[in-house]
Amino acid sequence: MTTTLTIFRREMAGYFATPLAYIFIVIFLILAGILTIFVGNFVGQGHAGLQSFFGLHPWFYLFLIPALSMRLWAEERKTGTLELTLTLPIRLREAVVGKFAAAWCFAGIALALTFPFWITVNYLGNPDNGVILASYIGSWLMAGSYLAVGAFISATTNNQVIAFVVTVTVCFFFVVTGSTIVIDFISGWANDEFLEFVRYISILNHFAGISKGVLDLRSVLFFVSIIGLFLTLNAIVIDRIRSN
Amino acid sequence: MIEVKRLSKRFGDSLAVDNISFSLSKGEVLGFLGPNGAGKSTTMKMISGFLSPTSGTALINGDDVRNNPIEVKRAIGYLPEGAPMWADMSVGGFLNFISAVRGFKGIEAVNKVQKAAELTQLSDVLMQPIETLSKGFKRRVGLAQAMLHDPEILILDEPTDGLDPNQKHQVRTLIQKMAHKKAIIISTHILEEVEAVCTRAIIIAKGKLLTDATPRELLKKSRHYNAVSIAVPSIEKAQKVLEELDSVRRVQPIGENWLVAFPKTKEPINEEVAQALRSARLKINEIRTESGRLDDVFRTITRRS
Repeated sequence: MTTTLTIFRREMAGYFATPLAYIFIVIFLILAGILTIFVGNFVGQGHAGLQSFFGLHPWFYLFLIPALSMRLWAEERKTGTLELTLTLPIRLREAVVGKFAAAWCFAGIALALTFPFWITVNYLGNPDNGVILASYIGSWLMAGSYLAVGAFISATTNNQVIAFVVTVTVCFFFVVTGSTIVIDFISGWANDEFLEFVRYISILNHFAGISKGVLDLRSVLFFVSIIGLFLTLNAIVIDRIRSN
Repeated sequence: MIEVKRLSKRFGDSLAVDNISFSLSKGEVLGFLGPNGAGKSTTMKMISGFLSPTSGTALINGDDVRNNPIEVKRAIGYLPEGAPMWADMSVGGFLNFISAVRGFKGIEAVNKVQKAAELTQLSDVLMQPIETLSKGFKRRVGLAQAMLHDPEILILDEPTDGLDPNQKHQVRTLIQKMAHKKAIIISTHILEEVEAVCTRAIIIAKGKLLTDATPRELLKKSRHYNAVSIAVPSIEKAQKVLEELDSVRRVQPIGENWLVAFPKTKEPINEEVAQALRSARLKINEIRTESGRLDDVFRTITRRS
């Protein structure tokens, strides 16, 4: 635990040691603002709520989160610091969890800094703050899922660009499996079990549920499982580097 | 302290390390020699617990690196090849991280970092980001990292690579100072380093251990061991005189006024050579006995494999 925390702190300090953190946060906020106002029609929707803001998160994370996760392991592999990490008395899971937790926490900070939206809607009307809180939690869980997928992919390569592109693609897959286009396309030939499975693994569906204000335990469990699954795969990949 | 047992590592089709065994105890400094790609780094990576062996294992203070990797990593200080570090951290931040990972807290952690920085003469650059440092400084940060917890065992992969002669000397002095209370393995291309700091040398080529001997024993294998170099005004006459000596195997002229006489057995022949030349009334400008050349031995041994 202490070691995980030590790694967490080092990673966190690493984000803020370079302009990376500030640039990321600024772009995150600008994009969130622009997309919500122009694409989400935040102003014209006619009621005080943040649905238009949160509704864009699955798409908006699609590019920002892989940008955050791509360097997690790929950079350590390339510069050789992976060897240093793995020859210090650090357990593999401590390294995997510590690095992930720092990235997740960092994404949380960026997300929390969108609080002016929340102030704005509360100033303009009487939104359901319970829904907003559930949406924030759901959005953060979703960011964690994207990050875990990204961390795993980053561990498989020492090229950050490859890590980025592949992560965007894989996350895109997890998002669109719930969209009507894909479901309509599949339902033509697949059986019901498969259709149900495709619906189930869609990040979009789970997040849509949560952002309506229902912090459904199954959806929370879904995100937590995705994180758990991909962090385990992450550890396995790193362990394989050691045996070859 | 270190026991390497039949260690092997296979990468795809090629056997990078082939059945290497040796042991090392306190007070010994082992030099790892071998051509590039011989398997030196791979062996060190396996002992330090980064790579897992294809077969065989290494025991550190009785702990098997495959079963008790954390104990092994606690006992070892390791400088990986190229001294990788997180470039955006400051030297102090980096060493603080290492001491925290090594389990030091509070004032003890501060002391450990200070001590390591002093030993490697880094105290003035603790605030600087690692990426702004010169190669020599970076290497010393790597060394500070490896010895921060005052480990019983140090494994240093090319600790003096990229350093200028003064810095090399500094690192060697540092190693010599610690040598009596630690077991140290260093890999190097610089053969003089082996003579300067190592009590033992292992030569590896193509993954196989070829020689395990003291530097003195290695020198004895050199064809220059106990050879005599003589500067004489006229080398033709002197060469004739020396070639008639029973103890001389061969006489080789070097340049215009130097001769090298190689002994038949590896016994000293300087007295005899001097005596013979004086009896023939030949003038000797200079005479010296060679102690052998490691690069000779290195080339003969690694070429044979």
